[in-house]
Amino acid sequence: MARGHKGGKPMAHGYDGPLERIDECRWRIPKDAEKGMRVDGIIYADDRLIELIRKDRAPEQVANVACLPGIVRASYAMPDIHWGYGFCIGGLAATDIEAGGVVSPGGVGYDINCGVRLLTTSLRREEAKPVMQSLISTVYEHVPCGVGVGGRVRFSPAEEREIMARGPAFVVERGFGRPEDVEHTEARGCLPGANPGVVSDRAYQRGQNQCGTLGAGNHFVEVQAVDEVYDPDAAARMGIKVGMVTVMIHSGSRGLGHQVCDDSLRMMESVMGKYRLQLPDRQLAAAPVDSPEGRKYLGAMRSAANFAWANRQILTHHVRAAFAKQFGRSDEKLGLDLVYDVAHNIAKIEEHEVDGRKLKLCVHRKGATRAFGPGHPDIPADYRDLGQPVIIPGDMGRASYLLLGTEGAMRETFGTTCHGAGRVMSRRAAIRAAKGRSIKKELAAKGIVARYRGRYALEEEQPDAYKDVNVVVDVVSRAGLARKVCRMRPMGVIKG
Amino acid sequence: MRPFEITDHTADVGITAYGATREELFANAALGMLSIIGDPDTVAAKDTREVQVQASDPAALLAAFLGELLYLLEVEHFVFHDAVVETISETEVRATINGEPLAPHHDLHTEIKAVTHHGLRVEHVGGTWEANVLFDI
Repeated sequence: MARGHKGGKPMAHGYDGPLERIDECRWRIPKDAEKGMRVDGIIYADDRLIELIRKDRAPEQVANVACLPGIVRASYAMPDIHWGYGFCIGGLAATDIEAGGVVSPGGVGYDINCGVRLLTTSLRREEAKPVMQSLISTVYEHVPCGVGVGGRVRFSPAEEREIMARGPAFVVERGFGRPEDVEHTEARGCLPGANPGVVSDRAYQRGQNQCGTLGAGNHFVEVQAVDEVYDPDAAARMGIKVGMVTVMIHSGSRGLGHQVCDDSLRMMESVMGKYRLQLPDRQLAAAPVDSPEGRKYLGAMRSAANFAWANRQILTHHVRAAFAKQFGRSDEKLGLDLVYDVAHNIAKIEEHEVDGRKLKLCVHRKGATRAFGPGHPDIPADYRDLGQPVIIPGDMGRASYLLLGTEGAMRETFGTTCHGAGRVMSRRAAIRAAKGRSIKKELAAKGIVARYRGRYALEEEQPDAYKDVNVVVDVVSRAGLARKVCRMRPMGVIKG
Repeated sequence: MRPFEITDHTADVGITAYGATREELFANAALGMLSIIGDPDTVAAKDTREVQVQASDPAALLAAFLGELLYLLEVEHFVFHDAVVETISETEVRATINGEPLAPHHDLHTEIKAVTHHGLRVEHVGGTWEANVLFDI
């Protein structure tokens, strides 16, 4: 009996519904395309990307999200859009709270506050290159990763409660980082209104030894070098120069967040009748933001979000320790300063102007990044006049980007831009495509060192499985949803 | 009849499971999920756990049942080998789970974050039970 990992039926059909061109990087799914749509769907893509998007079922999900009660303006999708569950990945939807707008756990996903952070270093590319093999091994030894691998720190339920209430500020007090790390984290790593009291015992149990673990799938720690600077002034303000070594960390809220989403989805499904909600996908189950269930979900989701920021903070601590060991210098001497940390799976209550009126909205970003424009009070003081830093990880062979939020994003997408490259190939197809090849050797030929735990980690996450991040970033930049600061090339990566 | 098939998805992985009975459908769905996480041949049935799960309808019940196996793995570090369904109704299932404590030789390669409800389906079609489940990877 073939029950191997490599089989798999081909992917289901693509999207054959209406998709109207608005301009060179915007497409519309008109609101009469599907029954129940309350607003249009808008997809950001150019000619190259739209062909890939049509082959995927994601546009159908953009239309489904347009059915959410209280949705404002449009159901949006960024150019890294691909088929997800409930929302598409790359999805953005804002609902008007006063008009009965809903919150949907499917608009955040299981990995609540999955996100990325970027660290600068005092190292030059030439200095790190000869020791990359050893550096990556040292990072791999310091950072717990892979399926079922527990953290190096275990927290009691009382400490977990503190982590959920306060986020990285709590773990920094315990010695996992520097006070300035907190200042350079979105929302200072602590969403107000977190309510650890509504988080289930089961979620606490799943989180217990997972704070400070990378996980598996697309999560990673990557050592990079800045290869191109587009905005020298902004780069200088963020301490970035061409040839500098940087570190990127991608992880989320681990089992705790997954359980919060699971619990909440069940709760939402059970009250759909009570609120007379009918939605095209069970995974979109929702409740009004201003309802006992809406408040309960947001209290638990914010707790998981704060846990995720603390998780990336402890991972940062491990990475700093690994660098200090490798180079025989203190982590302060090596720099390892946090540029910024962004969430890309989250729901937030924000005020935005819609048709000349200031509205209180519940903004769902599912595989999308907040990109507030210059002057916004939620941006750290030292970057405020520049705009919010936005970190875009690409695949492990091509590149990653640092961007800044813009006025255009504020006007058009509630201050939101893309979150990565976006997958284009299924995990099964990627394994099939890697047959007879060594992805490790292919990366090595490009000068990239990889260490990984899962047997198929490199095959599933190979560069060809992703869209070209350069094209994705080009689209958001042309659409005015972000502006480019610099690009980083991978030198070494660890995967779970 | 094949116990299950793996189905493709751009970011995640799914299964279509089959069974002559509802009991067999649930047991086969568990096998399908295990084949995504690791190599089933490396897991032995040395120990057991009893699980009891309730949900609002048959599809949600299957998702909750599979979620329970993920919980055993993540929190109790118990890898399941197979499930023997003792009793099952539309909204409740009781099963004995055979497996063993998690060890390095299991070489689990894929972390399933959760059992999603996207496209979740349990149906009795032409005398056969069929289910679609998508996992978040």
